[in-house]
Amino acid sequence: MLEVRNLSMRFGGLLAVDQVSLDVQEHEIVSIIGPNGAGKTTVFNCMSGFYSPTGGQILFEGKEIQGTPDYKISRMGLVRTFQHVRLFGNMSVVENLLVAQHRHLNTNLLSGLIKTPNYREKERKSLDRAAYWLNRVGLLDLANRDAGNLAYGQQRRLEIARCMVTEPKLLMLDEPAAGLNPAETRELNQLIISLKEDYRVSVVLIEHDMSLVMEISDRINVINQGRPLASGTPEEIRRNDDVIKAYLGEA
Amino acid sequence: MATHNIKHALFSAIITLIISAPILGLDLESAGTELKLTGASTSTLVSIVLAAIVVFLFQTFRDSIMGALGQMPKLNRFADREPMPQEKRLKLENIFLIVLVAGALLWPFIASRGSVDLATLVLIYVMLALGLNVVVGLAGLLDLGYVAFYAVGAYTFALLSQYFGVSFWVALPTGALIAALFGFLLGFPVLRLRGDYLAIVTLGFGEIIRILLNNWTSLTGGPNGIGGIPDPTLFGMEFGRRVKEEGNISFHDFFGIAYDSTHKIIFLYLIALVLALVTFLIIRRLMKMPVGRSWEALREDEIAARSLGLSRTGVKLSAFTIGAFFAGFAGTVFASKQGFISPESFVFLESAIILAIVVLGGMGSQFGVILAAVAVTVLPELAREFSEYRMLIFGAAMVLMMVWRPQGLMPMRRIHIILKKQE
Repeated sequence: MLEVRNLSMRFGGLLAVDQVSLDVQEHEIVSIIGPNGAGKTTVFNCMSGFYSPTGGQILFEGKEIQGTPDYKISRMGLVRTFQHVRLFGNMSVVENLLVAQHRHLNTNLLSGLIKTPNYREKERKSLDRAAYWLNRVGLLDLANRDAGNLAYGQQRRLEIARCMVTEPKLLMLDEPAAGLNPAETRELNQLIISLKEDYRVSVVLIEHDMSLVMEISDRINVINQGRPLASGTPEEIRRNDDVIKAYLGEA
Repeated sequence: MATHNIKHALFSAIITLIISAPILGLDLESAGTELKLTGASTSTLVSIVLAAIVVFLFQTFRDSIMGALGQMPKLNRFADREPMPQEKRLKLENIFLIVLVAGALLWPFIASRGSVDLATLVLIYVMLALGLNVVVGLAGLLDLGYVAFYAVGAYTFALLSQYFGVSFWVALPTGALIAALFGFLLGFPVLRLRGDYLAIVTLGFGEIIRILLNNWTSLTGGPNGIGGIPDPTLFGMEFGRRVKEEGNISFHDFFGIAYDSTHKIIFLYLIALVLALVTFLIIRRLMKMPVGRSWEALREDEIAARSLGLSRTGVKLSAFTIGAFFAGFAGTVFASKQGFISPESFVFLESAIILAIVVLGGMGSQFGVILAAVAVTVLPELAREFSEYRMLIFGAAMVLMMVWRPQGLMPMRRIHIILKKQE
């Protein structure tokens, strides 16, 4: 459903991403791994429309999307999270989820001003959907707190819930396990698998936590210094000499 | 520490002397064709020395003075209290609003003619500030040219009445819509800018409108302005002594009462009150709607908002257009109140004052903005006795306010949407 062909991104003299290709099938978890500064997040930024790549193609459901504005890509069903949590800190938890449903709620101003039954119905539905996902990620009790006051692990889960209420087809998670303790990482594991199994969402994952990556990925792409190094199933990656070299240095 | 302070204080005092002595202590006098340099009077010299001493003393005891200033906020007994639950707060707010409106309704019947006129001006500023509050406080876009939309509203009414004889009630929505259109047209190219850049462009836009009005003499009359703008009518009843338009009847004739020129002023005040209330209620409703949430989301984290499918331009444009709409509202009322408008009423200082009201009241806080609008409009009037010092007092009050309460008179408290527990 998503195909990236020979993606390149150049910032002035720096070639941050060089000829990277990857593809994601329906209901599949694909990971992108690599050392720090390898260009993983840059690939994400190109895929989600924050950067306009300098070369290559990105196809989503057969349509070229490179250079499309970010908000349009998001509306197509390609939604991402961020390496550093980006919540609307002054809004309550449930309001964070309501903002995300803007697209579903988008009625004209007038019907909102006079509260037509249609508007109320939509508002109720979006609250229900928010409640459902809060329950799903275990934050229902905290629904009316300010999002900025949540613990770090809770903020991470809220960010994923906020993506899910937009009903995405493909979810892009940028280091979702960063800063989580082992118990929280295990919970996250189960959540991501459930997103794939129960909600039929494809997931692209950037992650440093190898146990997480190896456990849940269907396929893994390794990037090193902006260039693709290897790709394959977790088993293949584990045995790949180049990958071992890149991660552990020359032995 | 003390020696360091004294050293610093001496240095400051000497700088004061160096700067002020040649500027204030020397006078240029023209003796025939020549310019002569003479020393100023002794009183000036004494005050320069006094000023240096004050600077010296302040700098020496600076720490204790600033410390004393730091103690001030503790005077506020409510500072440490738990915030009250939202439901109770909303109820209180509603009661407060009702009392406010009731008081405002009674006002014209107890106050003098001059104070009712001033109150109308206050209400116009309330409308303007509530509108700008959407742009600056909620959407976080710094707009330094807001007065342009005010001008568009006022001039729309003035021109329509001059060339087409349009009445107030037709001009009111037209003026607001045309101001909104201007907001939309300006917003389209500039809203990809952010922060400082946006502020500069809006500043430029405000000046462009003013200069255009000033120089397009064939249409707007340039600096001479436009006069003879009609007063609003009540169901076709006029408020003048004599009926201007054929077929109309005057208010005092209809009710069989004596002509009184305050009727008109009171009527205009009531119109402004209703419009200000409508502005308040519409914006309060908008804040709870998806569009209001998206303004705040974009202000809080633009990148996250975009990643969730909010179009940056669309959201900013809606804030800008709605803000401009209410400025147009206020402009129409202003034109009708004055009966005469010229570009002089729409200078940059007006934008600055409206912005000051929003910041002073607390960005995003509607009640705060209303309170600040009253304070900023009424206080200079009360301080009229101090004549030339009143702007100085105004400025000093603003500085003190920002030191003590940078979050504004009544900081914004968001109305959260509460998710009720499902069984």
